[in-house]
Amino acid sequence: MPLSIAKTGQKVRVFAITAEQELRARLIALGIIPGEEIEVVLNSAPGSFVVAVKGSRVMLGEELASQIQVV
Amino acid sequence: MKQQITVALAGNPNSGKSTIFNALTGAHQHVGNYPGVTVERKEGACRHNGREMKIVDLPGIYSLTAYSAEELVARDFIVNEKPDVVVDIIDASNLERNLYLTTQLMELGVPLVLVFNMSDQAKARGHEFDLEKLSGFFKARIVSTVGHKGLGVNDLLDAVEATADGAGPGGEKVVIDYGRETEEEVSRIEALIQAEGAAQAAGANAAGYDARWLAVKLLENDKDVKAKLHSPAIDAQVEKSARHIEEVTGEHPETSIPGHRYGFISGACQEAVRSTIEIRHTMSDRIDSVVTNRVLGIPVFLLLMYLVFSLTFTLGEPPMGWIETGFEWLGGVVTGWWPEGSESALKSLLVDGVIGGVGGVVVFLPNILLLFLAIAILEDSGYMARAAFIMDRLMHKIGLHGKSFIPMLIGFGCSVPAIMATRTLDNQRDRLTTMLVTPLMSCGARLPIYMLLIPAFFPAAWQAKILWIIYVIGIALAIVFAKVLRVTLFKGDSVPFVMELPPYRIPTVRGVLIHMWERGWLYLKKAGTVILGVSILLWAISSYPKKEVFDQDYEGELAKIEERMPAAEGDEDALAALEGRQAALENAQQEEELSYSIAGRIGHALDPVLKPMGFDWRIGTALIGAFAAKEVFVAQMGIVYSVGEADEESDSLRDKLRDNYTPLVAFCIMIFCLTSAPCMATIAVTRRESNSWKWAMLQLGGLTAVAYVLTVLIYQFGRLFGLG
Repeated sequence: MPLSIAKTGQKVRVFAITAEQELRARLIALGIIPGEEIEVVLNSAPGSFVVAVKGSRVMLGEELASQIQVV
Repeated sequence: MKQQITVALAGNPNSGKSTIFNALTGAHQHVGNYPGVTVERKEGACRHNGREMKIVDLPGIYSLTAYSAEELVARDFIVNEKPDVVVDIIDASNLERNLYLTTQLMELGVPLVLVFNMSDQAKARGHEFDLEKLSGFFKARIVSTVGHKGLGVNDLLDAVEATADGAGPGGEKVVIDYGRETEEEVSRIEALIQAEGAAQAAGANAAGYDARWLAVKLLENDKDVKAKLHSPAIDAQVEKSARHIEEVTGEHPETSIPGHRYGFISGACQEAVRSTIEIRHTMSDRIDSVVTNRVLGIPVFLLLMYLVFSLTFTLGEPPMGWIETGFEWLGGVVTGWWPEGSESALKSLLVDGVIGGVGGVVVFLPNILLLFLAIAILEDSGYMARAAFIMDRLMHKIGLHGKSFIPMLIGFGCSVPAIMATRTLDNQRDRLTTMLVTPLMSCGARLPIYMLLIPAFFPAAWQAKILWIIYVIGIALAIVFAKVLRVTLFKGDSVPFVMELPPYRIPTVRGVLIHMWERGWLYLKKAGTVILGVSILLWAISSYPKKEVFDQDYEGELAKIEERMPAAEGDEDALAALEGRQAALENAQQEEELSYSIAGRIGHALDPVLKPMGFDWRIGTALIGAFAAKEVFVAQMGIVYSVGEADEESDSLRDKLRDNYTPLVAFCIMIFCLTSAPCMATIAVTRRESNSWKWAMLQLGGLTAVAYVLTVLIYQFGRLFGLG
């Protein structure tokens, strides 16, 4: 499922990133990489979307969150 | 043993890199929470054990890919300029993510020293590091520091010195194993690169990189390396290899290679880091659940903005009064140097030109410093990153990025630091769009114009509303232009929002003050250089050439009135009539003098252009002045209507304006000043930041053209409806 529909507090594993190359590289550098477990800290769609990954907090736009496939 | 050691500081945004840089060099520089603040190359120097160290602060980056200018800058610096030591600053409380950059620096094979910064916070959060073990994994010395307290800085310098002298560890190439399939393909590409001699053939650009590194980067789809090697044979092999790896492992090397780097890191951390409990973000998360809340986010944001602006204006008032009094006093002192009645060009230059011109600008310094102080607090505490996110949805609709909102906010203070603040935007299209529309945020320098005109022409009940309308028109125009630019010149999607959310921190007094001062200084520098020069120029062109022969014998007429004065003594009506006649004559003389001056002639020449907007030649001369700095408009109107020292509180000037213009014209002046040519300093900074005259000229020409059309429309329609 796309990360954008994961609920606040849910822990998910990144499966694939379909965003364009430039953004994919940025996400990887921030620790969002296939195989990584991330926690949705806040999903107040259509508002803020925050995930916890590798001990830091990353904010994503809804558009980008929908391009990250998680299980 | 080298006498001068070159040290490059690398690290993630928010790792405290700037703090370490300050602690090392003592340089005054901004320390903030907003990711990506350090974009330019900053240098400093220090001495350690009698040896000179040159410290270069690289931009804050998350990796060494080629996707942002900052990353390329950092990579090229390390490879081309070969610093003796690269110091990688790591936020110890966020170790794994920060070490990702470290692995890439390792792969470049540079002599590396790792700094575990904010080690106090890491300890408080229950992280324990086995530094010796970690040092073994990363083949580099590791130093613990607490940057903002300056702890560990000396140890760091010791480590840098030892590493520069080649006493291991440091500089040994660590090879990360990317797995059998990938390694086979890497060797294949590596061999091809060596065989083709492509690494050499590509010249200085790629010469510093080793073949394995290039091969890995090619598999990662690095456009920059691909362009540097420029070899179709290698490209074909890379494509084949990538496909092969994906077929066998099910993963494209673009993600599997970073995956192995993270694997290496987590392996090392498992061995050498003990974490008791994850408590890092609980407080921040709680605050965020309110301030970034879907319902509360925007109201909280608006409330904070309201506080910022109301504090700026209420707290700024007393110091503004002091500065005004100070400049008046100074003007008085300088006037006193010349005996009463003696007319000296130098006196006029100093009092009217220099003191009047610069004083008019410096008066707004308290307002501007307070606005920058508030913004520095919001930035350093971590709120700005949240605000950028809250605004992103809205900004996205007009084709801008959430981060664009910060420069635009600063634009209400002064466009110059605002345009410099666009550096935080990664994407060039976003950045240029923001730069071009920022002058529409009504800056502090335009306020005196409104303050002069609004009370002169509008009833008290309407004054606040008119001011509000002017600001809103500016914002609305910025939105329209941004949208237009995004569908014409800067086509393409706005970059989706992704940004690290730093934990909230209590800003340090020193950090906030440095930050405020850096921006305030830009404003003050403008007053001291551009505005000083222009004030003198304007004074000269509105004073010269001097008219010797007047159309009317003013001196004679005035003398006659003087003679009749004593006779009229006692008869109040007669006296008033004489005084009125006297004032009218003096005005007429001054007007004639001004018409004769260069400024007057330019004003007259512009008359046909100005007429459709309802402006006369006097306003024309003031608008020329406004191009130097908007606030000059007020001073120039004062000169034109010769009421001595004019400021926005000047009642006599307001009376004169009321006699000569209608409220519609006043409104048109404000609209024109809001929209038209940004001041010279803004054009200059746009030129510098966009690195091209093209955009600066587009900003100048585009905004002025729009201002003209808009003002003409408002004036003509206004007249049609009988408002003129």
